[in-house]
Amino acid sequence: MSGKQIKNAQQETRVFQSRIVASILIIFLLIGIIFVRYFYLQVIQHQSLLANSEHNRIKTTAIPPARGFIYDRNGRLLVENIPTYRLQMIPEKVDDIKQSLNELKQLVHLTDDDIKELIKKQSLNRPFKPFIVKNKLNEKELSSFMVRKHKYPGFKAVPYLIRHYKYTDILAHVVGYVGRINDKDLKRLDKKRYKGSEYTGKLGLERFHENQLHGFPGSLTVETNAQGRVLKTIEKIPPVSGQDLTLTIDIDLQKTAYDALGELTGSAIAINPKNGEVLAMVSKPGFDPNDFVNGISHKKYNQLINSNQKPLFNRSLRGGYEPGSTIKPYMALAGLYYRVINLNYSMFSKGYFQLDNQARKYHDWKRGGHGLIDIKQSLVQSVNTFYYQLAVLLGIDRIHEFLKPFKFGELSQIDLLAEKRGLLPSRQWKRAAKGKMWFPGETVITGIGQGFLVTTPIQLATSLTILANKGIYIKPHLIKTENPELTKLPFDIPESYWDVVHQGMIGVIHDKKGTARSIKNNNYLTAGKSGTSQVYGKKEEDVYNKNLETPLRLRNHALFIAFAPADDPKIAVVVVAEHGASGSKTAAPIAGKIIDKYLNEILIQ
Amino acid sequence: MIYAGRIHHNKRHYIDWWLMAFILLLMSFGLVVLFSAGGWVLVKKQIIRLALGLVVMLLLAQVKPEKLAGLTPWLYVLTILLLLAVFFFGYESKGATRWIKIGIRFQPSELAKLVIPLMIAWFYRYRILPPDLKSIGISLLILLIPVFLIFKQPDLGTSILVAVSGLFVLFLAGLSWKYILGGLVTLVSAAPIMWLFFMKEYQKQRVLTFLNPTQDSLGSGWNIIQSEIAIGSGGLLGKGWQNGSQTQLDFLPEHSTDFILSVLSEEFGLLGVTILLLLYIAIILRGLYIASQAKDTFNRLIAGALTLTFFVYLFINAGMISGLLPVVGVPLPLVSYGGTSIITLMAGFGMIMSVYNHRKLLKS
Repeated sequence: MSGKQIKNAQQETRVFQSRIVASILIIFLLIGIIFVRYFYLQVIQHQSLLANSEHNRIKTTAIPPARGFIYDRNGRLLVENIPTYRLQMIPEKVDDIKQSLNELKQLVHLTDDDIKELIKKQSLNRPFKPFIVKNKLNEKELSSFMVRKHKYPGFKAVPYLIRHYKYTDILAHVVGYVGRINDKDLKRLDKKRYKGSEYTGKLGLERFHENQLHGFPGSLTVETNAQGRVLKTIEKIPPVSGQDLTLTIDIDLQKTAYDALGELTGSAIAINPKNGEVLAMVSKPGFDPNDFVNGISHKKYNQLINSNQKPLFNRSLRGGYEPGSTIKPYMALAGLYYRVINLNYSMFSKGYFQLDNQARKYHDWKRGGHGLIDIKQSLVQSVNTFYYQLAVLLGIDRIHEFLKPFKFGELSQIDLLAEKRGLLPSRQWKRAAKGKMWFPGETVITGIGQGFLVTTPIQLATSLTILANKGIYIKPHLIKTENPELTKLPFDIPESYWDVVHQGMIGVIHDKKGTARSIKNNNYLTAGKSGTSQVYGKKEEDVYNKNLETPLRLRNHALFIAFAPADDPKIAVVVVAEHGASGSKTAAPIAGKIIDKYLNEILIQ
Repeated sequence: MIYAGRIHHNKRHYIDWWLMAFILLLMSFGLVVLFSAGGWVLVKKQIIRLALGLVVMLLLAQVKPEKLAGLTPWLYVLTILLLLAVFFFGYESKGATRWIKIGIRFQPSELAKLVIPLMIAWFYRYRILPPDLKSIGISLLILLIPVFLIFKQPDLGTSILVAVSGLFVLFLAGLSWKYILGGLVTLVSAAPIMWLFFMKEYQKQRVLTFLNPTQDSLGSGWNIIQSEIAIGSGGLLGKGWQNGSQTQLDFLPEHSTDFILSVLSEEFGLLGVTILLLLYIAIILRGLYIASQAKDTFNRLIAGALTLTFFVYLFINAGMISGLLPVVGVPLPLVSYGGTSIITLMAGFGMIMSVYNHRKLLKS
């Protein structure tokens, strides 16, 4: 007892009773208010709210359009939509979700981890909304579920169209893939046009040409009864399917290019220089775009991300490489154009080159040098000292001015997103980027395509088409266009200059001293040039070490550029074979196979 | 006297059949509506929960109030500790942290709904009533610690229910009308401060939506508009069982849980609503009658406060789904689908029954 005072039980009871009475009064008052509110809604407002609810029986649902197919240049199907089934459930209609999923495991492939993840995700889903258990059931899964579906109330196999990529690793970096629309996509997409749609292009052509491929949704307006059963269709607007795409890619040539790279990683691109049509574009390794369509599993994705071969990396568009000796034809042209050399020019290669007053020697790849060398032989034998000297005679400013219209350091503007810009160095660039002045030694190595120069395979290919076309640029593209736009170089280069450079490049393959004579084909003339791209972090003396014993990751990248027939180019090819060590030994045969396939098989059929 | 009482006690059956009958009728009506809203699967699960609730009620009805009073301070400390545990190690789901895992997932704020009125009733059990200023201060402190912790989870609905359950004890203990009015005035003037400093964005959104549902008729206002359409379109006699188009066509949100009264209103009309309200009134009047018959302060305070809290559930739920009150996530007691509130409510009725079973000791 707390009691200084003694509790007055009677008085306390009286107070309590009065409070109970007060409570009852308040309760009746409040219940009265509730009753009046419901009376107001259910009697006074009844007619108008009933009309509202009747209106709710008219349901409009979007009918998503079918996505356009993708064909190769000869009309062969590359990407299609195939009907398939998915398993879904309505959580509130399932008795015991965990148990049902565990039983379904025997019919449909689901791992314990999948089930855990599903149960977790499901708890965030609203109970009356359908929830996808598994996409893309195979035939066995579908039939074994259908037979036993009465045992699983709340579960349903629902048909839908799924994007299917017939060619996987070969074409992945060109077509890309579609994936489920996420919040980020919703911000950039027109919500009205994507009503009812589940997928949108995420990468590659699927993304770039989303607008053509997607089409326009239709709608279905129906009147239902109170249980949702459709009584009658009020209006049906059919969807407009997406447009099909016809690519410039020849799938056979694409396959050839992919196979020709063999075990190597890298990129191979073939373009018709006459019209800019990309005939083949491979980045190796590839991946299976089908994995991404319904959301890739964490495990698979981590495998792709963590692989040191970087299969998701599009080398054709984003791989940065030194052009190496493949720059030499352009340098020779520049020398002629600025008249620092003439057509009869020759110099003596003694094995090394030195700048005035500098001790440092810049070496030829051949010990002791090549002897007396003219322009043609400088290309045939890839004579470094010739180009060291030429570069010094030109100076970095003229080199920059001349190479820029050839698209070095520029974007090719191919119809794909995320292309990366290479780098064409200049004094201004160096001051801005490095805060330092330009040194003469840097000009010297620019002459053989080293130093700060960075190109991507697609940029190299674009430059090559301009070289093959004798000065006409056409934007490379993957979708057939009727009249591609032609652009001339901003300066005129006499025919004779082009010819001598082309002759030199022909010699690379057809001359008895040519560095790539192994790929000679007697049916046509091929013009080419090999190159070696240093792997970052190597010591200078290793640059010309073409020993195949070197550990793979330290080997130089092998480059080869070629076009054929040399007198009337129908195909221009760029090959970058990562860690291929030798442009002429590794990359050239790959280019040779691609050209051969195209000129000797595809064009002849 | 105690000895005599015990003999007397042993002869009695431990169930208040009136309360039991009303509760069973309410539950049955609820299951009929739930079948229409969610189908047999939900009904099955709900029956299991209701049965469990009945067992809890009957077990608690046997516990002597003295025993409960003895345990009360310990229960209070335990509740505070569990709420703190939620605060620090709780499970987060949908932006709120309300759960901890002790073998099973457990929501300590539910325990608070019972323990807080118990604690304040315990505090006043030997004190001179009506409460003086000092004791009011202490009991507000007892009340506000858990309310604050629950509010911070954030769980506005439950923190309101816990707060009122404690305040009802004070009210029944004879808290002067002067203080009650003063408190109400303070609360109203504190509202802007709450708005500015304490309320979460989604809570503000709910209030704004409540004040003007059409402003956001496709967002959060949708729920209220569709609910009002469901209620109003039911009319006097309703559209008939399983014939409510708002429910069956999924226009009505959360129709098995918070909005189940909208289903009832749509399918059974004002008649159904009236029957439901009468059942609640019967339960509440019986509860208050038991409180008035209780043998001592502790017993009458808990029986009265728990009954009044039960009413608050009804009032908030029926008010919020019809647009009278903002949506705060309070279920319709013993009818809404969902586990924890049923067990808590039934435990409360167990205590009320226990009060009745042990009522006549003092009088005899």
